[in-house]
Amino acid sequence: MKRKLRNITSRLLPVTAVLLLLAIWQTACAAGLISGFLLPSPLEVAMAFVKDFPLLMDNAKVTLLEAFIGLAVGVLVGFVTAVLMDCFDWLYRAVYPLIVLTQTVPTVAIAPLLVLWFGYEMLPKVILIVIVTFFPITVSLLDGFRASDQDTVSLLRSMGASKSQIFRYVKFPGALGAFFASLRISVSYAVVGAVISEWLGGFNGLGVYMTRVKKAFSFDKMFAVIFLISAISLFLMWAVNVLQRISMPWEEENR
Amino acid sequence: MAELEVSGITFAYEETPVLSDVSLKLHEHELVSILGASGCGKTTLFHVIAGLHKPQQGKVVLNGRDITGCPGQISYMMQKDLLLPYRTIEDNVILPLLLKGEKKKEAREKASLYFEEFGLEGTQRKYPRQLSGGMRQRAALLRTYMFSREVALLDEPFSALDTLTKSEMHRWYLDVMDKIHMSTLFITHDIDEAILLSDRICLLTGKPGRVTEEIVIKEPRPRKREFNLTEEFLEYKRRILERL
Repeated sequence: MKRKLRNITSRLLPVTAVLLLLAIWQTACAAGLISGFLLPSPLEVAMAFVKDFPLLMDNAKVTLLEAFIGLAVGVLVGFVTAVLMDCFDWLYRAVYPLIVLTQTVPTVAIAPLLVLWFGYEMLPKVILIVIVTFFPITVSLLDGFRASDQDTVSLLRSMGASKSQIFRYVKFPGALGAFFASLRISVSYAVVGAVISEWLGGFNGLGVYMTRVKKAFSFDKMFAVIFLISAISLFLMWAVNVLQRISMPWEEENR
Repeated sequence: MAELEVSGITFAYEETPVLSDVSLKLHEHELVSILGASGCGKTTLFHVIAGLHKPQQGKVVLNGRDITGCPGQISYMMQKDLLLPYRTIEDNVILPLLLKGEKKKEAREKASLYFEEFGLEGTQRKYPRQLSGGMRQRAALLRTYMFSREVALLDEPFSALDTLTKSEMHRWYLDVMDKIHMSTLFITHDIDEAILLSDRICLLTGKPGRVTEEIVIKEPRPRKREFNLTEEFLEYKRRILERL
């Protein structure tokens, strides 16, 4: 009972903090401390959100679709790369620095190039998302595979297990925790990546909407779309948590 | 018929010799202990017998078949229970059957016959971390047994347990052994444990390790609980302590 109570208070705490922040912001705007064209009040943002809701949803659909396709391909590429690099050490040594290099190039710098090469449609956006999402997956999966317990591997070998069986029964399930941790990162990268790639060229999507309202100086709408993007990212991260709980039931039982 | 013959095993890690000309024989339904201080190469010997290491010299022969350097022939239970934390006890136990290509359902059916005998009833759906150390060790032993009923290598299976649990496990193990008739090679550094459980004890000493002495424990089985308080027991212990 006591634990439950503590649970509720620990959940209430961040909610209260956010509400308090919003209240301060609202009062500051209402009292005229900040001019309306610099920073819209939360109420104005909410109204803009309601007013533009259908338009926001239409654009969100496009962005989400890009993010999903990009993330799916990114996870697949990340997984395959990690497995291959785990199997072949020479590949690991040859490719790993290259992969790290792809992450040092700023996204904003590659995006226009991708638009130049692949046009204004979905392809360049998906490619950009793949580039930013596969990296965390590869690195953490690889770490997970390499951290597998050597005694357990020996035990399975003594039972006559093949390399692929060792992967299936020891390495893969052992790396699942690391995989979900990186998936949480990749999910938010995917949404942000989609928006950035839309800034730099496209016809639909939240990024396009964002540049449009920025040019119109409607900062209330700007904030509305920012909050929407955050909300989408949070929702997706929560979805990953649910997925993790379902696919790793043993963690639950141990609590 | 299960007979294991290990002859003239010499093994070195890179330049360091670990085992030198180790030979021993394990007859059917026998329990032979390998007793020695830590670091004398007991575990390495088991790795060689299990086929995980290839010896520089010597042979491992199971039922007349040369299995030197071939894993997957002999059950091997290591020091830690090594149960996979993400599989239920049942799914841990059937792992060797799955590795041999059996269907999950059939493997589960096969394993279910032994849960009671091993004192594991009711644990099928639990995860390893929900079990006590003694129970996990039983599950690991059942898994070892599911792999092969012929010969098992047990590497200090009870060393991580506290004294009380340990003596309870000894009694339980002798009980189970009488029912399942497995030939067992058993590593230990615990002299009492060796005398209590074994038919024969091989002393492995020196660096590189070699078998310097073989002691036959004549006490018949099943052994009484009070065996370790008898004169004979102390006499065996005295003999071993002199030689080590």
